Order: sequence, then structure tokens, then C-alpha cells
Amino acid sequence: MTEQPREGAVAEVAASARDLVKTYGKGEAEVRALDGVSVDLMKGEFTAVMGPSGSGKSTLMHCLAALDTPTSGEAIVDGTSLGRLKDKDLTTLRRERVGFVFQSFNLVPTLSAEENILLPLSLAGRKPDRDWFDQVVDSVGLRDRLGHRPSEMSGGQQQRVACARALVSKPSIVFADEPTGNLDSTSSAEVLGFLRRSVDEFGQTVVMVTHDPVAASYTDRILFLADGLIVDELREPDRDAILEKMSKLQDVAAARKQAG
Amino acid sequence: MFRLTWRNLLARKVRLLMSTLAIVLGIGFLAGVMTFSTGLNATFDNIVEGSTPDAQVRPAGDVQGANAGVGTTSLVTPADVDKLAALPEVAQATGSVDGLGSFLLGKDDKLVGGQGAPTLAFNYAPSENIQGEQVLELVEGGWPEKPGEVTLDASSAERGGYAVGDTVTLIVPSGQPRRTFTLVGTAEFNGGGTAGATLVLLDTKEAQEIFLDGADAFTSVSLTAADGVSRTELADAAKAVVPEGFTAVTGDKVIKEQQDQIGQFLDVISIFLTTFAVIAIVVGAFIIFNTFSILVSQRVRESALLRALGASKRQVTRSVLIEAFLMALVGSTLGLLLGLGLSRGLAGLFRTFGLDIAGEVLTLTPFTIASGYVTGIVVTMVAAFVPARRAAKVPPVAAMRDDLTVQEKGMRRRLVLGTIAMVVGVALVAAGLVGAPGTDAIWIGAGAVIWVVTTAVLAPVVGRPVLLLSRSVFGRIFGTAGRLAGENALRSPRRTGATASALMIGLAVVSAVGVLASSLSATQDKIVDDQFTSDFLVQLPTFQGFPTQYGDQMEEVDGVDLVSRQQGVPVSIEVAGTPDQTFANGVDAAFTEIYTLKMVSGTDQISGDQALLSEGRSDDLKATTGDTIEVQFPGGKTIPLEVAGVFEDTPVTSGLTVPLAVLDEAGVKRSDSSISINVADGADRGAVKQDLEDVVKDLPILSVQDKQEFKELISGQVNQLLYVIYGLLALAVVIAVIGIVNTLSLSVLERTREIGLLRAVGLSRRKLRTMITLESVAIAVLGAVLGMALGLVIGVVLRQSLKDDLTELALPISSLALFLVVAVIFGVLAAVIPAVRASRMKVLQAIATE
Repeated sequence: MTEQPREGAVAEVAASARDLVKTYGKGEAEVRALDGVSVDLMKGEFTAVMGPSGSGKSTLMHCLAALDTPTSGEAIVDGTSLGRLKDKDLTTLRRERVGFVFQSFNLVPTLSAEENILLPLSLAGRKPDRDWFDQVVDSVGLRDRLGHRPSEMSGGQQQRVACARALVSKPSIVFADEPTGNLDSTSSAEVLGFLRRSVDEFGQTVVMVTHDPVAASYTDRILFLADGLIVDELREPDRDAILEKMSKLQDVAAARKQAG
Repeated sequence: MFRLTWRNLLARKVRLLMSTLAIVLGIGFLAGVMTFSTGLNATFDNIVEGSTPDAQVRPAGDVQGANAGVGTTSLVTPADVDKLAALPEVAQATGSVDGLGSFLLGKDDKLVGGQGAPTLAFNYAPSENIQGEQVLELVEGGWPEKPGEVTLDASSAERGGYAVGDTVTLIVPSGQPRRTFTLVGTAEFNGGGTAGATLVLLDTKEAQEIFLDGADAFTSVSLTAADGVSRTELADAAKAVVPEGFTAVTGDKVIKEQQDQIGQFLDVISIFLTTFAVIAIVVGAFIIFNTFSILVSQRVRESALLRALGASKRQVTRSVLIEAFLMALVGSTLGLLLGLGLSRGLAGLFRTFGLDIAGEVLTLTPFTIASGYVTGIVVTMVAAFVPARRAAKVPPVAAMRDDLTVQEKGMRRRLVLGTIAMVVGVALVAAGLVGAPGTDAIWIGAGAVIWVVTTAVLAPVVGRPVLLLSRSVFGRIFGTAGRLAGENALRSPRRTGATASALMIGLAVVSAVGVLASSLSATQDKIVDDQFTSDFLVQLPTFQGFPTQYGDQMEEVDGVDLVSRQQGVPVSIEVAGTPDQTFANGVDAAFTEIYTLKMVSGTDQISGDQALLSEGRSDDLKATTGDTIEVQFPGGKTIPLEVAGVFEDTPVTSGLTVPLAVLDEAGVKRSDSSISINVADGADRGAVKQDLEDVVKDLPILSVQDKQEFKELISGQVNQLLYVIYGLLALAVVIAVIGIVNTLSLSVLERTREIGLLRAVGLSRRKLRTMITLESVAIAVLGAVLGMALGLVIGVVLRQSLKDDLTELALPISSLALFLVVAVIFGVLAAVIPAVRASRMKVLQAIATE
């Protein structure tokens, strides 16, 4: 893991969206959560998806992560188009090629930290790669917590266990949905630091939905969504630039609402 | 608050439907049993009252069997009847001729009526019952007016496949046994129905020919009182003119005697059935308790919000209790309706055993309706009370908290109390075993009930090893899904324990009964092997008497060495000053050549006015070898008998065994109730059996059994009862399975987010279903294992207390294995709905659920 894939290497696509449209409801009540989004997410990159509430950022992630099916358009993960896959194949894809970190309730309460980390592998009936497991566990700093159940751990520790679980199956891409939404700033920093390291040290691809500029500042690239469309993009962001873009988006959204 | 309760009910209608179902089934069973019992009593009351005259002239004496038609040789002549009719108190005197030993064969040549209700054959003569109506009324056709004609009860005619005008086959107890008659009509008791008995009405001449060898006489006389004459006056007047050996009794006395006799039998049925209704209701209470516990714990946030908004604890409790009340109301109403249907089903079941109950007496009485509602409401409210209190204890601040699971309190208190109760149970059982005062079975029963309740309370603790084992077994076989299922069954021990307990109760009873039944079969097999030393037994399935001509012919069969003829008759002996109804077995000299009685004292050789007593009888009568006992026979004749010997209790003969000659002397009409046959050395058993069977070929219901067949007959009867019990317990098990469905459904709902997460990280739908199914199986197996273990212990202990009668102990191992398999199947079935529902959840929505 000495190479740095994001510098200079030919950027490979980890997942992409093609004209993704997702609508909820019918007729008058129809809501277009995604209004034809096309985007490529690069391998070995830490991407943030930002936007005001209702901009469609979570929907985009869910469609790419095989948790939701788009109304039209195509979602591709690791070269596989999700459109034609049956539930069984989607399950396998999630298990083997996608990692998840949710905002809360990430862990199965009846299982210990170690069992939770190994859950995707044991569901697949695969033997864990012990070295890799150790590396991940040490990296999240949970060596002494492995035997604990979720109820015996703090929120930050639980999120780190969730991160370790997302990585242990060596997925093509990790989706994190507001992973620091419920955490204090110290725990947030630990979790984000770990996600950053997983990209830098392990060459992992991470996509994170967030509305926290601090969290977004850990990433390589930020996609800004508004009203179901990607309206802007920022590379190597710093906090001020993010705040500026965000407030502009809020203004545009507010203006549009007044007009409509 | 009421509006909120109402909304709650509507919002959770599917969930509540399941626990309402528990009430519906429990109350349905209770109402069904009560309706059936009431109907059964009404049926017999109607028949007894509808067929009894104002007064009856019948053989004297205390022997009640005489009223059931044991033939005696004392008779009433037509002149006696005329004398009675001439009395000013008598409006009408009707002579009757009846006797045992008649059977109706259907068109298929099989016995009509089976082994249950008797066949009553008598002469038809119009007579009035106590209410001034005709005893019998025609349904179709006419009455028998000359020899060769017969009128049957409508139901038997139908069961036999006969229509008016057909030729009917009857077996009669004298002369040519197999005779054909022309069916001239069908009739029934004025009281309605016959309760399954077969009525055979003959022309008086023919009845006299069959039962009295043609003597122009009667066996009893029915009297109708003249206007203004009371029944007592009528009986008193008649007593003055009845022939010797006869007496006159009022209809009221006859009715009371019959009701007492039938009442005992009906009480047994009613208590038997009610026991199962109670079990079903107790199981239902568990389900209701569990459902409310889960509902309350899932509503913590709502309860907290209510408290935060200013609702008092009492209001929160009340809202849960009102919910329970409404549920009970709906459940009991549906249960009562179900009960009405169920009672018809029970009536159908008993019809197959030959006990016919008319549909019109099966109605919901006000008492049944009241009992149903009261039981349903009380049980539901009591079961919901603890959860309701728990709901009120939620602090208002919980509304603001994120973490909403109610922590289960420690098990320590439960464990301590449970252990104490268990010890009390052991003490009670021990008291029963060492013979504490009173009935052993009551001590043991009380202990067993405490055990069952305590096991239910302790199930979360004592069930743990079973759940740990199933976790590791599931994990090994089914991988992670299995492991998770095992964990899920373990995560809420109270919930799992309470759900499993419902099943445990049913299986404990099933297993205990199974132990007793298999011990009974084993004991009887051993008795047949050790004591029934004859090669063949010839008996009727009803153990009634049959004509002696068959025995006479069997003595002539080639290869037959010994033939012993026995005749059982009801007798009355005074025990401590009151007449005690019992049976005497009349035996011939060959009896002791075939059977060996183990003598405690005296000799087994009897002749003349002598008798043998069993040890038990000897103790009752406080009479032993050399003493003289006074025995009253049917017909009222009392004969003093010298006790020649006392033998160890044995089922091969009655506690009172007398020479056949004594029965002759008492004026009892001779018949055989059992013939024992030994084959000569070297004779071909098969051929002998064939020849013996040829003798009875015109009486196909009289069977020639070898030992194996006799054993099978007995174990068949035991098994028949066992299957009835299993069938009745099945309802309790069904309710328990509904409980599992309920708990699983609620658990699945509660774990929606977790299921969403598991699906997101790669649990397939199929494995999710497997996981839920295995959790269900774990609960079912826990209930089955606890129930069977407890049932085995209770069964063994009960057998120990009955060891005088159940000398052998046999464990129904194969049945238990079968029960376990059935429990697993029930577990799988119970999981179908919850598993399908879980696997249909949309992953994303499940994760997003609050």
C-alpha cells in the first residue's frame, strides 16, 4: 500500500450514475428527488456529497449503494449495472463490493464488536483475512474493545466499529451516510480521520453524504447537489470555500422557492 | 384518554387480532365444553323423564342393575297386571318384557351403535310417562303388531341403512340367535332422541318368546295414576298387590336413581372436558400477558409523551386496561360463537363413540354466556395488569431520550421465589408419595401445578441452557443466520420464556398423560401375559351377557381341552350398613383349572353357597375365610355365602367370585359374559380358533380372541382415550403456537432497523427467513423440552402413586421424540407469517424507521 493512486495515476471509475432520476409520489404530489444526475466517482478518492435538506444527496447515495432503485437512468458499481440485478444479486453485491456506515444504528446489538466487524464476511461464508482484520482493527484503535457488545461502547466507538466493518471485506466502495451526524466533535474527528487514512493508506474509495463543512473538509472532492441535480463541484476543499458554496446554494434554493 | 385507547386498538389491529385470537380460542373452548355438557345433561334428563311412568312395578331389592335389565326368573303374570289395573288408584297398567343380549346388525352386517350406548329391546305397549305423554312416539310407519315385525328408533334405522319395509337382522338371546324382521316403523322417546341407544320394539308375544322362553308373563309393569292420585299413593297401593319378589316404586324414585347413575358418568365427562378448557385458558392468559408486555415496551415513547403532557400514572394504566377490556369483550363474543360451533363438533365426536346428542339442546345458556364473558374479561384484565402498571412507570423524560428500550430487571427475585415455590412443590409431591392423609393424587396434583407455574416463571432462567445449545447448533448448521437466530432467542429471556411457557404447559400435560397411558398399556400387557392363562377368550365388546348356546357348542369343538363359563351379575352387599353396588362373577369348576388364583388364605375350590373374595373386597367387607357374607342378587333374593378363600387381587375375576349354581339359586337368568378356552396339547391352535369362530359366525360381534388380540383390544381402548386427550390438548398447543406467531411478529416489528441493517450489509432474504424461522424453532423447542421434562417427571411421580394399579412403568420415548419433531414443525409454521413479513421489508425504509 505504498502507492498513492490519486496522484498522477489514471483515475479509474469506482461507481457512476447515468441520468439518474428518482421520483416519489404521483401526479400533483410528485417529488423529483433526483432529476437526471450523471457523475463518476473515482477509485481511491474520498468524495463528499453535500447539499441542503431535500437536495437528493441521500437518494443519490442510496441508488448507487444498491439500497434503492432509480426511476430511470443507470447506476453502475465496479463495472456492474445495478438496473437488471435481482434482489439476490443486489444482496451479494452489497455484501461483497459495498461497505456501509450509517448515521446511527450501525451495529447488531446481539453481536460483539468483532462479530459485527466480521458480519459481512460471515454472511458470505468467507474466511476473514486475519492480517487485514488486525490492520483495520489497529487502525480504528479498537483492539481492546473487540469482545464488547454495542451497548457497552460509546457512540464514537460504535461508529468506528461500523467503519471497520465497512472496510474488512475490502469493498470496491464505502458509502457513509452522515457518519458523524450523532457524534461529538472529538469522536467525529476520530471517525473522519480513520476514513481519510483508509483512503490514503489502503487506497480505499469512500463516498460520504454530509452537511457538515468540517467533515467535508477531510475529503478530496465535494459534489454539491440542489433540487436533484449536481450544481457544483470542489476539489481539495478548504473550510471557507465550502461554507461559501453552501451559503450560495442555500440562497439560490431560497430564491427559487420564493419564485416557485 | 378513551379516544386514544380506541385509536391504539385500531392502529394495532393486526397485532391485537392475534392476541384476541388467544381469547377467542380459550373462551370458545370453555363455552363449547359448557354447552356440550349442558346439552348432554338435557339429553339424558329428557330421555329419563320422558320414558318413566308414574310408578313402576319391578323386581324387589337394592340391586340397581336389575333396573338395567339383567334377566331374572321371577315374573309378573297377566293376572297380576289385571289385579294392578283393577286398583282404583291405577288408570292404566302396562306389562313390559325386556332383556339384554339383543343386537341390531346393519345392512353391512356390522353392529349398529358400536360399543357405547346399549341396545334396549322390549315389547311395544302404549304407556304414559310421568308428564302424561306417551313414552314413545312414531316418527314413521307403525308399531309392531305381530311376530316378525319390528320398530326401531329412527337414528339406528338410519345408521343401519334401513328404510321402513326393509328386512332387518337382529341377534336375539335365545333360540335361533340370528333372525330377520320386517321394519314396520321408526320411533323415538318422547323426550327427544335416544342418546345413541338402539331401541328395538317387538310384538309382545315375540318378546315373551325371546326373553321369557314363551311364558305369558312380564318383567315389569308401568303404572299410570288415576286422576287425583299422587304417585306415592299409586306406588303404595300397587305394593299391596304385587307378586312376591316384586315391589312398586314411584317414577320420581326411578328418575332419581337413573339420574344419579348417569349423572356420575356425565360429571366425569364434564370435568374431563372442563380441565382442558382451563388449560387452554391458562395458555391463552400467557399469550395475552406476553402480547401486552411487548406492546407496552414498544410504546414507551408514547407513554412517556402522555406523562410529559400531564397524564397521571393512573390514566396511563387505565388506557392500557381499557384496551384489554375492549379486546376481551370482542374476543369473548367471538369465543362464545365459536363455542357454539365447537359444541356441535364435540357432539359429532361423541356420536362416533355412540353417544347421540340432538343439535337442538346445544344452545348457549345465559349461564354459559355469563361465564364466557366473565372468564374472558377477568383473565385478559389480570394478564394485562402487570404490563399496564409497567407502562405507567415510564418516566416522562423518556419521551426525550433516544434510547428507548426498557431494561429488563434482574432475575434474582424471580429465581429466589421460584426456587422456594419449586421446593414447596417437591414437598407436596413427596407428601403424596409417602401417603399423607387424603388422596395421594391431590397432593401430587397440587405439587405438579406449582411445578408447572414455577417452570413458567423460571423459564427465562432454566431455559437458558436449551437456548445456548440451540444457538450453537444453529450456528454450526446454518452459519451466521443461525447464530443470529440463537442470539435473538436469548436477547429477551422473559419474552422467549413466556412464549415458550404457553407451549410448555400443553406438552407437560401431554407427556404426563403419555407416561400414564404407556404404563397402563405395559401393565395390562403384563397382566395378560402373566394371569390370562387361557388360550382363547370369548367376549362381547360390551362385556354383556350372551346366550349360553355358544358355550355349549364350543365345548364340542375338536381340540378344545377346557372350557370355563363365567357370568358377571350386579349384586349388592352391605358395607358398613349401606348397600354397596358391585359385581359378582359366577364361575364353573373349570375356572380354577385354567386360572391360578394366588390364595392368601383358604381354598380356591368352591361349591354350593360359598364364595371367594379378593384381598381388597375382603378388607372392604371385613370378612375373611370362614366368615359368612350376605349377598343380594338381582330380583331381591339375599343368599348368605360362606367365604371359602381370599385371593390376591387380579383382573381375571371379580372381587366376589361365586359358583354359577348360586346365580341359579338367586333366580338370575343364565347367560355367559365370558368364556375361557384352553386348547388340548398337540391340537392345531389355528384350526381350533377357526372352528370356534365358526360357532359364532351368526353373531359376528362375539369375538374369539387369542392373547395377542386381547392385548390389542385393551391397548386399543387405552389409545383411543389417549388420542381423545391429545386431540383436546391440541387446542392448547394451537393457542401456544399463535403465541409464538404473535411474539415473533412483534419482535420483527421491533427489530425493523436491525433487519434493515442486516439486509444492507448482505443478509439475503432467504437467510433472513431462515433466521426468523430458527428463532421460532428455538422457542418451540424450548417449550417442548421444558414441557416434556416436566411432564415426564409428573407422569413418573403419578405412576408411582398409582403403582398398585400401574405395576409397570413405561416411558413413551417414541411419542416424546415425535412431539419434539412436531414442536419443530410448529415452530417452522409459526414463523411463516413473521418471516415473510420481515423479508418483504424494504431495506432502505427499514433502516430509516425510528
